[in-house]
Amino acid sequence: MDLRPSLDERAYVRDGANQTAVKILVVGHFAVGKTTFIGSISEITPLSTEETMTRAGEAVDDLKGVRSKTTTTVAMDFGRLTLSDRVVLYLFGTPGQLRFVQMWEDMARGALGALVLVDPDRLADSFAVIDLIEQYGLDYAIAVNRFDGTPVYQEAALREALDLLDDTPVVTCDARDEKSSAEALIRLVRHLLDRVH
Amino acid sequence: MTRHGEQAPDAAPPLVRPYVITKGRGLPDDQQLSLVTLVTAAAGDQQRPSRRLSPEEQGLLELCAAGYLTVAEIAGHTRLPLGVVRILLSGLTEGGFLLVRPPVERASLVDTRILEEVLHGLEAKFG
Repeated sequence: MDLRPSLDERAYVRDGANQTAVKILVVGHFAVGKTTFIGSISEITPLSTEETMTRAGEAVDDLKGVRSKTTTTVAMDFGRLTLSDRVVLYLFGTPGQLRFVQMWEDMARGALGALVLVDPDRLADSFAVIDLIEQYGLDYAIAVNRFDGTPVYQEAALREALDLLDDTPVVTCDARDEKSSAEALIRLVRHLLDRVH
Repeated sequence: MTRHGEQAPDAAPPLVRPYVITKGRGLPDDQQLSLVTLVTAAAGDQQRPSRRLSPEEQGLLELCAAGYLTVAEIAGHTRLPLGVVRILLSGLTEGGFLLVRPPVERASLVDTRILEEVLHGLEAKFG
């Protein structure tokens, strides 16, 4: 722990007194490029924080509850984008494992939506994360992260494999590239607007 | 490609178990201190020094004195577990040391306005 981190003023939210902070989740299976995506577009060096999987007070009070004292922790990465003097956007990278349900509730609550990063060679690895997103009622777009040499995929086959709704956007992006990542986010936000109109 | 978030944190292991830092207090209402709740130190004359602050509380207060950070950022910078940060911030808020700005409630009208701002902001920044 570091109780006195030295932060320069850029670490703080600009004009924080007037800002509305919103969040979008960047989800996907292990090593699909979530951290890379967030790092390519965030204005701050992405931060990482741990969610403890127990509630501290309960663990102390329940002397019999040895089994409840699971010490699992999971790290999530996040970045920040100040979009105007009124809105600051946070991007939270979330692992897709079902066992982190408590963290998912935290992340999903109040989120505007989710960008699901997928690797076309490992589509089946994305099923669990899409299930979770749908379970939490979040709207999403699919971003196919194209690494060098990734084979061209057929959108129709991908839609069928992931059982997507017709209006769910599917975009291709290079998570290492700021502009490409931004375009994927813009597509997601346009989709979210369509859904509320 | 880095993916440090999916590896074990490289920070030194904590010296005490989390509930020692929190003095046994449990988690506050999640809604009040969400991941993106903005937090800053209260002006000096609004603080009610009713008790002595722990070193952890003092550290968080100093961190928050220079501007606004979200709960998640405070946890990230201090490398304290999120649950511990929430409990400490909650205590500091109750003591009048901190001001918190919870995120707006989700409602479709609000969402539309905010989504439009997000869209325009992204397009202006990257378009």
